[in-house]
Amino acid sequence: MAALINVPTKAKRGEIIEIRTLTSHIMETGFRHAAAGDLVPRDIITSFTCRYNGSEVFRADLFPAIAANPYLSFFTVAKESGKFEFEWIGDNGYASTASASITVE
Amino acid sequence: MPTTRRRFLSLAGGVTAAGTIPIVMLRPLNATPTMLNAAIRNVVGEAPIRTGKIKLDIPPLVENGNTVPMTVSVASPMTADDYVRSIHVLNEKNPQPNIGNFYLGPSSGRAQISTRIRLADSQKVVAIARLSDDTFWQIAAEIVVTLAACTEEVN
Repeated sequence: MAALINVPTKAKRGEIIEIRTLTSHIMETGFRHAAAGDLVPRDIITSFTCRYNGSEVFRADLFPAIAANPYLSFFTVAKESGKFEFEWIGDNGYASTASASITVE
Repeated sequence: MPTTRRRFLSLAGGVTAAGTIPIVMLRPLNATPTMLNAAIRNVVGEAPIRTGKIKLDIPPLVENGNTVPMTVSVASPMTADDYVRSIHVLNEKNPQPNIGNFYLGPSSGRAQISTRIRLADSQKVVAIARLSDDTFWQIAAEIVVTLAACTEEVN
């Protein structure tokens, strides 16, 4: 939904490209107390996956120590034209996806 | 020594304090170096940990522990038979010792990841890389935090 994805639209075959993703999420740690003294329940993204034409190229387990609105940057080799699919999974059934296309010459 | 009023009161106070400890100690406020070591052992098992190959790029002094930029990179050719399997980032004094686990492969091309993390206190951050030959490489950095994250009050 509210995700910013940065993938080059074009790349040469075999080129190493950087992928940057940012998604909007509170990442509530579950360790904070409200003014009344009760604990604010944990609500975080626990897992992120990036697939390139169906096969997984990057995966991450996230913990409360990841800042709000998780930003992740990683690399992959541009092999063929196609699609990157991104998936965030979290507490309380949270699931969000995004995708980006690339043309490889 | 006769039981004086002062002595009696101090003993009674001690008993009360001891009685409340199990309630207070249910969850330690912060991860401890012991928890960090346990978390490291969870990642590496009994394997020896070496230093080198891995680089942790993080500011040594941060004003706001709520969002600390961090980059981990590993010197690796990233070929089919010599690549980085995973990168694990851990901390010493947040409520939990884990920060993130990142899984790479030969198709990553370059073993480098960046993210933004939370630090609840001035502390040590540890990054461990697991290579395809199942060797583990570690680096640590000391960070001074002036405004802590994680446990502050919600307004």
